[in-house]
Amino acid sequence: MRLLWLLVVTLLSVSAYGVIETYEFDTDLQRQRYNAFVEELRCPKCQNQNLSGSDSAIAVDLRRQVHSMIMDGKSDMEITQYMVDRYGDFILYKPRFSGASLALWLTPLVLLGIGVGVWLTMSVRRNVSQPAPTTLDDAQRARLESLLEDDKSANGEGR
Amino acid sequence: MQRLKLFLPLIIFVIMAAIFFGVERRVQTGDYDPMALPSALVDRPLPSFSLPTLDGGQLSNAELPDTWFLVNVWATWCPSCHFEHPFLVELKEEGVAILGVDYKDKLVPAQRWLDEKGDPYFATLFDKVGTFGLDLGVTGAPETYLVDAEGIVRFRYQGALDRQIWDKVFAPRIAALQGTVEGGDSQ
Repeated sequence: MRLLWLLVVTLLSVSAYGVIETYEFDTDLQRQRYNAFVEELRCPKCQNQNLSGSDSAIAVDLRRQVHSMIMDGKSDMEITQYMVDRYGDFILYKPRFSGASLALWLTPLVLLGIGVGVWLTMSVRRNVSQPAPTTLDDAQRARLESLLEDDKSANGEGR
Repeated sequence: MQRLKLFLPLIIFVIMAAIFFGVERRVQTGDYDPMALPSALVDRPLPSFSLPTLDGGQLSNAELPDTWFLVNVWATWCPSCHFEHPFLVELKEEGVAILGVDYKDKLVPAQRWLDEKGDPYFATLFDKVGTFGLDLGVTGAPETYLVDAEGIVRFRYQGALDRQIWDKVFAPRIAALQGTVEGGDSQ
Protein backbone atom coordinates (compact mmCIF):
# COMPACT_ATOMS: atom_id res chain seq x y z
CA MET A 1 0.00 0.00 0.00
CA ARG A 2 2.77 2.39 0.91
CA LEU A 3 4.56 1.46 -2.25
CA LEU A 4 1.43 2.21 -4.23
CA TRP A 5 1.14 5.63 -2.63
CA LEU A 6 4.76 6.32 -3.35
CA LEU A 7 4.20 5.36 -6.97
CA VAL A 8 1.12 7.55 -7.26
CA VAL A 9 2.91 10.51 -5.72
CA THR A 10 5.91 10.05 -8.02
CA LEU A 11 3.78 9.78 -11.10
CA LEU A 12 1.61 12.75 -10.27
CA SER A 13 4.40 15.08 -9.32
CA VAL A 14 5.35 17.66 -11.91
CA SER A 15 8.79 19.02 -12.28
CA ALA A 16 9.03 22.66 -11.38
CA TYR A 17 11.74 24.77 -12.89
CA GLY A 18 12.04 28.45 -12.67
CA VAL A 19 14.65 31.05 -12.95
CA ILE A 20 14.42 33.78 -10.39
CA GLU A 21 14.56 37.17 -11.97
CA THR A 22 13.16 40.32 -10.55
CA TYR A 23 10.98 42.11 -13.02
CA GLU A 24 8.78 44.94 -11.90
CA PHE A 25 5.22 45.15 -13.16
CA ASP A 26 2.63 47.88 -12.73
CA THR A 27 -0.36 45.58 -12.63
CA ASP A 28 -1.14 41.99 -11.79
CA LEU A 29 -2.41 41.46 -15.32
CA GLN A 30 0.99 42.36 -16.72
CA ARG A 31 2.61 39.86 -14.40
CA GLN A 32 0.15 37.15 -15.44
CA ARG A 33 0.74 37.87 -19.11
CA TYR A 34 4.50 37.72 -18.59
CA ASN A 35 4.23 34.41 -16.77
CA ALA A 36 1.96 33.02 -19.47
CA PHE A 37 4.44 34.04 -22.18
CA VAL A 38 7.53 32.59 -20.54
CA GLU A 39 5.63 29.33 -19.99
CA GLU A 40 4.25 29.16 -23.52
CA LEU A 41 7.32 30.30 -25.47
CA ARG A 42 10.03 27.81 -26.18
CA CYS A 43 13.71 28.51 -25.74
CA PRO A 44 15.16 28.48 -29.28
CA LYS A 45 18.53 27.22 -28.11
CA CYS A 46 17.14 24.28 -26.19
CA GLN A 47 15.47 21.15 -27.47
CA ASN A 48 12.56 21.08 -25.09
CA GLN A 49 12.44 23.83 -22.52
CA ASN A 50 10.31 26.89 -22.18
CA LEU A 51 11.71 30.33 -21.55
CA SER A 52 10.97 30.20 -17.85
CA GLY A 53 12.88 26.96 -17.41
CA SER A 54 16.00 27.83 -19.33
CA ASP A 55 19.13 29.53 -18.16
CA SER A 56 20.65 29.98 -21.61
CA ALA A 57 21.68 33.46 -22.64
CA ILE A 58 19.09 33.66 -25.38
CA ALA A 59 16.28 32.72 -22.98
CA VAL A 60 17.39 35.49 -20.63
CA ASP A 61 17.31 37.95 -23.54
CA LEU A 62 13.90 36.80 -24.68
CA ARG A 63 12.46 37.07 -21.17
CA ARG A 64 13.77 40.61 -20.98
CA GLN A 65 12.26 41.30 -24.39
CA VAL A 66 8.87 39.93 -23.33
CA HIS A 67 8.98 42.04 -20.20
CA SER A 68 9.89 45.23 -22.02
CA MET A 69 7.24 44.64 -24.71
CA ILE A 70 4.57 44.10 -22.04
CA MET A 71 5.65 47.26 -20.26
CA ASP A 72 5.53 49.10 -23.60
CA GLY A 73 1.88 48.16 -23.84
CA LYS A 74 2.25 45.73 -26.74
CA SER A 75 -0.64 43.32 -27.23
CA ASP A 76 -0.30 39.55 -26.92
CA MET A 77 -0.70 39.25 -30.68
CA GLU A 78 2.12 41.69 -31.31
CA ILE A 79 4.47 39.90 -28.92
CA THR A 80 3.69 36.49 -30.43
CA GLN A 81 4.18 37.86 -33.95
CA TYR A 82 7.48 39.46 -32.93
CA MET A 83 8.76 36.12 -31.68
CA VAL A 84 7.49 34.11 -34.66
CA ASP A 85 9.05 36.63 -37.08
CA ARG A 86 12.42 35.94 -35.55
CA TYR A 87 12.34 32.33 -34.49
CA GLY A 88 9.56 30.78 -36.55
CA ASP A 89 6.79 28.54 -35.29
CA PHE A 90 9.39 26.58 -33.36
CA ILE A 91 9.16 29.09 -30.53
CA LEU A 92 5.46 28.46 -29.89
CA TYR A 93 4.73 25.44 -27.77
CA LYS A 94 1.20 25.63 -29.06
CA PRO A 95 1.77 25.97 -32.81
CA ARG A 96 -0.68 28.00 -34.81
CA PHE A 97 -3.09 26.26 -37.15
CA SER A 98 -1.47 26.53 -40.57
CA GLY A 99 -0.64 24.41 -43.58
CA ALA A 100 2.60 23.25 -42.06
CA SER A 101 1.11 22.34 -38.71
CA LEU A 102 -2.05 20.76 -40.15
CA ALA A 103 -0.80 17.21 -39.59
CA LEU A 104 0.13 18.08 -36.03
CA TRP A 105 -3.34 19.30 -35.20
CA LEU A 106 -5.32 16.72 -37.13
CA THR A 107 -3.40 13.51 -36.34
CA PRO A 108 -4.98 13.07 -32.89
CA LEU A 109 -8.43 13.48 -34.44
CA VAL A 110 -7.60 10.95 -37.16
CA LEU A 111 -6.28 8.50 -34.55
CA LEU A 112 -9.42 9.00 -32.48
CA GLY A 113 -11.48 8.31 -35.59
CA ILE A 114 -9.57 5.10 -36.28
CA GLY A 115 -10.04 4.04 -32.66
CA VAL A 116 -13.78 4.66 -32.77
CA GLY A 117 -13.94 2.81 -36.10
CA VAL A 118 -12.18 -0.24 -34.70
CA TRP A 119 -14.34 -0.21 -31.60
CA LEU A 120 -17.54 0.01 -33.65
CA THR A 121 -16.64 -2.79 -36.05
CA MET A 122 -15.61 -5.01 -33.14
CA SER A 123 -18.79 -4.43 -31.22
CA VAL A 124 -20.90 -4.98 -34.35
CA ARG A 125 -19.07 -8.22 -35.08
CA ARG A 126 -19.59 -9.43 -31.52
CA ASN A 127 -23.33 -8.79 -31.74
CA VAL A 128 -23.56 -10.65 -35.03
CA SER A 129 -21.59 -13.66 -33.87
CA GLN A 130 -23.80 -14.11 -30.78
CA PRO A 131 -26.30 -16.83 -31.70
CA ALA A 132 -29.94 -15.97 -31.45
CA PRO A 133 -31.49 -17.54 -28.34
CA THR A 134 -33.12 -20.78 -29.28
CA THR A 135 -35.03 -23.38 -27.41
CA LEU A 136 -33.71 -26.92 -27.40
CA ASP A 137 -35.78 -30.00 -27.75
CA ASP A 138 -35.15 -33.06 -25.58
CA ALA A 139 -32.76 -34.78 -28.00
CA GLN A 140 -30.65 -31.66 -28.34
CA ARG A 141 -30.59 -31.18 -24.60
CA ALA A 142 -29.35 -34.70 -24.07
CA ARG A 143 -26.62 -34.18 -26.66
CA LEU A 144 -25.58 -30.94 -24.96
CA GLU A 145 -25.44 -32.74 -21.64
CA SER A 146 -23.11 -35.42 -23.03
CA LEU A 147 -20.93 -32.83 -24.73
CA LEU A 148 -20.50 -31.00 -21.46
CA GLU A 149 -19.60 -34.29 -19.77
CA ASP A 150 -16.96 -34.93 -22.43
CA ASP A 151 -15.58 -31.47 -21.95
CA LYS A 152 -15.33 -31.91 -18.21
CA SER A 153 -13.41 -35.18 -18.55
CA ALA A 154 -11.14 -33.70 -21.21
CA ASN A 155 -10.36 -30.76 -18.92
CA GLY A 156 -6.73 -29.66 -18.97
CA GLU A 157 -6.14 -30.44 -22.59
CA GLY A 158 -7.05 -26.96 -23.55
CA ARG A 159 -9.80 -25.78 -25.77
CA MET B 1 -4.53 -14.46 -40.01
CA GLN B 2 -4.80 -15.19 -36.30
CA ARG B 3 -1.17 -16.30 -36.37
CA LEU B 4 -0.15 -13.05 -38.00
CA LYS B 5 -1.81 -11.06 -35.24
CA LEU B 6 0.51 -12.70 -32.72
CA PHE B 7 3.50 -11.24 -34.54
CA LEU B 8 2.05 -7.75 -34.74
CA PRO B 9 4.11 -6.37 -31.81
CA LEU B 10 7.28 -7.80 -33.33
CA ILE B 11 6.46 -6.32 -36.73
CA ILE B 12 5.80 -2.90 -35.17
CA PHE B 13 9.07 -3.17 -33.24
CA VAL B 14 11.04 -3.98 -36.38
CA ILE B 15 9.52 -1.05 -38.30
CA MET B 16 10.21 1.39 -35.44
CA ALA B 17 13.76 0.08 -35.05
CA ALA B 18 14.37 0.57 -38.77
CA ILE B 19 13.09 4.16 -38.61
CA PHE B 20 15.17 5.04 -35.56
CA PHE B 21 18.23 3.42 -37.04
CA GLY B 22 17.78 5.38 -40.25
CA VAL B 23 17.44 8.71 -38.43
CA GLU B 24 20.42 7.96 -36.20
CA ARG B 25 22.46 7.09 -39.27
CA ARG B 26 21.59 10.43 -40.91
CA VAL B 27 22.59 12.24 -37.71
CA GLN B 28 25.95 10.48 -37.75
CA THR B 29 26.67 11.26 -41.38
CA GLY B 30 25.68 14.87 -40.76
CA ASP B 31 22.76 14.88 -43.20
CA TYR B 32 20.35 15.68 -40.43
CA ASP B 33 20.95 17.82 -37.39
CA PRO B 34 18.14 17.68 -34.84
CA MET B 35 19.44 20.85 -33.20
CA ALA B 36 19.37 22.90 -36.39
CA LEU B 37 16.51 25.33 -36.37
CA PRO B 38 15.29 26.68 -39.69
CA SER B 39 15.74 30.43 -39.71
CA ALA B 40 12.57 32.48 -39.94
CA LEU B 41 14.62 35.09 -41.80
CA VAL B 42 15.34 33.01 -44.91
CA ASP B 43 13.97 34.70 -48.06
CA ARG B 44 13.24 37.86 -46.12
CA PRO B 45 15.27 41.07 -46.11
CA LEU B 46 18.04 41.55 -43.59
CA PRO B 47 16.51 43.45 -40.63
CA SER B 48 17.24 47.16 -40.70
CA PHE B 49 19.85 48.40 -38.29
CA SER B 50 21.95 51.39 -37.43
CA LEU B 51 24.67 50.38 -35.03
CA PRO B 52 28.10 51.53 -33.91
CA THR B 53 31.02 49.63 -35.35
CA LEU B 54 34.02 48.31 -33.45
CA ASP B 55 36.29 50.95 -35.01
CA GLY B 56 34.12 53.74 -33.63
CA GLY B 57 32.01 54.46 -36.69
CA GLN B 58 28.34 53.89 -37.44
CA LEU B 59 26.78 51.59 -40.02
CA SER B 60 23.27 51.16 -41.36
CA ASN B 61 21.60 49.07 -44.08
CA ALA B 62 22.17 51.74 -46.71
CA GLU B 63 25.92 51.23 -46.63
CA LEU B 64 25.87 47.50 -47.28
CA PRO B 65 27.60 46.07 -50.38
CA ASP B 66 25.52 45.65 -53.52
CA THR B 67 26.83 42.14 -54.08
CA TRP B 68 26.24 39.02 -52.03
CA PHE B 69 27.98 38.93 -48.66
CA LEU B 70 28.08 37.03 -45.39
CA VAL B 71 26.94 38.17 -41.97
CA ASN B 72 28.94 36.45 -39.27
CA VAL B 73 27.78 36.61 -35.66
CA TRP B 74 30.66 36.16 -33.23
CA ALA B 75 31.86 37.09 -29.76
CA THR B 76 35.02 36.80 -27.74
CA TRP B 77 33.23 34.60 -25.18
CA CYS B 78 32.46 32.00 -27.83
CA PRO B 79 34.95 29.12 -28.15
CA SER B 80 33.77 28.00 -31.60
CA CYS B 81 34.31 31.53 -32.90
CA HIS B 82 37.93 31.18 -31.91
CA PHE B 83 38.11 27.98 -33.94
CA GLU B 84 36.31 29.50 -36.90
CA HIS B 85 38.28 32.73 -37.12
CA PRO B 86 41.27 31.59 -39.23
CA PHE B 87 38.92 30.25 -41.89
CA LEU B 88 37.10 33.60 -42.04
CA VAL B 89 40.45 35.28 -42.63
CA GLU B 90 41.06 32.81 -45.46
CA LEU B 91 37.68 33.66 -46.96
CA LYS B 92 38.52 37.34 -46.85
CA GLU B 93 41.72 36.68 -48.74
CA GLU B 94 39.63 34.92 -51.36
CA GLY B 95 37.58 38.10 -51.72
CA VAL B 96 34.47 37.20 -49.73
CA ALA B 97 32.83 40.22 -48.11
CA ILE B 98 31.88 39.49 -44.50
CA LEU B 99 29.96 41.75 -42.16
CA GLY B 100 30.83 40.97 -38.55
CA VAL B 101 28.32 41.24 -35.73
CA ASP B 102 30.03 41.31 -32.37
CA TYR B 103 27.22 39.84 -30.32
CA LYS B 104 26.77 40.69 -26.63
CA ASP B 105 30.40 41.43 -26.09
CA LYS B 106 32.79 43.92 -24.50
CA LEU B 107 34.38 46.54 -26.72
CA VAL B 108 38.05 46.35 -25.70
CA PRO B 109 38.50 42.53 -25.80
CA ALA B 110 36.69 42.46 -29.14
CA GLN B 111 39.00 45.08 -30.64
CA ARG B 112 42.01 43.22 -29.28
CA TRP B 113 40.66 39.97 -30.79
CA LEU B 114 40.62 41.51 -34.27
CA ASP B 115 44.03 43.13 -33.79
CA GLU B 116 45.64 39.89 -32.73
CA LYS B 117 43.92 37.37 -34.97
CA GLY B 118 43.38 39.46 -38.07
CA ASP B 119 40.21 41.22 -39.19
CA PRO B 120 38.23 39.28 -41.82
CA TYR B 121 35.31 41.74 -41.77
CA PHE B 122 34.73 44.80 -43.95
CA ALA B 123 32.94 46.18 -40.90
CA THR B 124 31.98 44.84 -37.50
CA LEU B 125 28.78 45.96 -35.81
CA PHE B 126 28.99 46.25 -32.06
CA ASP B 127 25.74 44.70 -30.83
CA LYS B 128 26.32 45.21 -27.15
CA VAL B 129 23.03 43.97 -25.68
CA GLY B 130 22.07 41.69 -28.53
CA THR B 131 19.13 43.61 -30.00
CA PHE B 132 20.29 43.11 -33.59
CA GLY B 133 20.96 39.49 -32.69
CA LEU B 134 17.32 39.19 -31.62
CA ASP B 135 16.19 40.73 -34.91
CA LEU B 136 18.32 38.19 -36.77
CA GLY B 137 16.83 35.36 -34.73
CA VAL B 138 20.24 34.41 -33.38
CA THR B 139 20.24 31.60 -30.84
CA GLY B 140 23.95 31.73 -30.11
CA ALA B 141 27.31 32.29 -31.70
CA PRO B 142 28.74 31.62 -34.20
CA GLU B 143 26.08 31.94 -36.87
CA THR B 144 26.60 32.86 -40.48
CA TYR B 145 24.01 34.31 -42.85
CA LEU B 146 24.25 34.45 -46.61
CA VAL B 147 22.73 37.68 -47.94
CA ASP B 148 22.19 38.21 -51.68
CA ALA B 149 22.77 41.35 -53.72
CA GLU B 150 19.24 42.60 -52.98
CA GLY B 151 19.79 42.31 -49.24
CA ILE B 152 17.62 39.18 -48.91
CA VAL B 153 18.79 36.53 -46.46
CA ARG B 154 19.18 33.27 -48.39
CA PHE B 155 20.67 30.90 -45.86
CA ARG B 156 21.67 30.66 -42.24
CA TYR B 157 24.28 28.32 -40.82
CA GLN B 158 24.56 27.65 -37.08
CA GLY B 159 27.97 26.67 -35.83
CA ALA B 160 31.58 27.17 -36.83
CA LEU B 161 32.52 27.34 -40.50
CA ASP B 162 35.38 25.41 -42.01
CA ARG B 163 36.48 24.54 -45.53
CA GLN B 164 34.44 21.36 -45.65
CA ILE B 165 31.19 23.03 -44.62
CA TRP B 166 31.91 25.95 -46.91
CA ASP B 167 32.33 23.70 -49.94
CA LYS B 168 29.37 21.54 -49.04
CA VAL B 169 26.66 24.00 -48.02
CA PHE B 170 27.75 27.51 -48.99
CA ALA B 171 29.44 27.06 -52.35
CA PRO B 172 26.41 25.57 -54.17
CA ARG B 173 24.11 28.29 -52.82
CA ILE B 174 26.51 31.03 -53.84
CA ALA B 175 26.85 29.48 -57.29
CA ALA B 176 23.05 29.50 -57.56
CA LEU B 177 22.95 33.17 -56.53
CA GLN B 178 25.49 34.06 -59.16
CA GLY B 179 23.55 32.08 -61.72
CA THR B 180 20.41 34.14 -61.18
CA VAL B 181 21.85 37.53 -60.33
CA GLU B 182 24.83 38.91 -62.19
CA GLY B 183 27.57 40.46 -60.15
CA GLY B 184 29.30 38.90 -57.18
CA ASP B 185 32.93 39.05 -56.28
CA SER B 186 33.60 35.47 -55.34
CA GLN B 187 36.87 33.67 -55.58
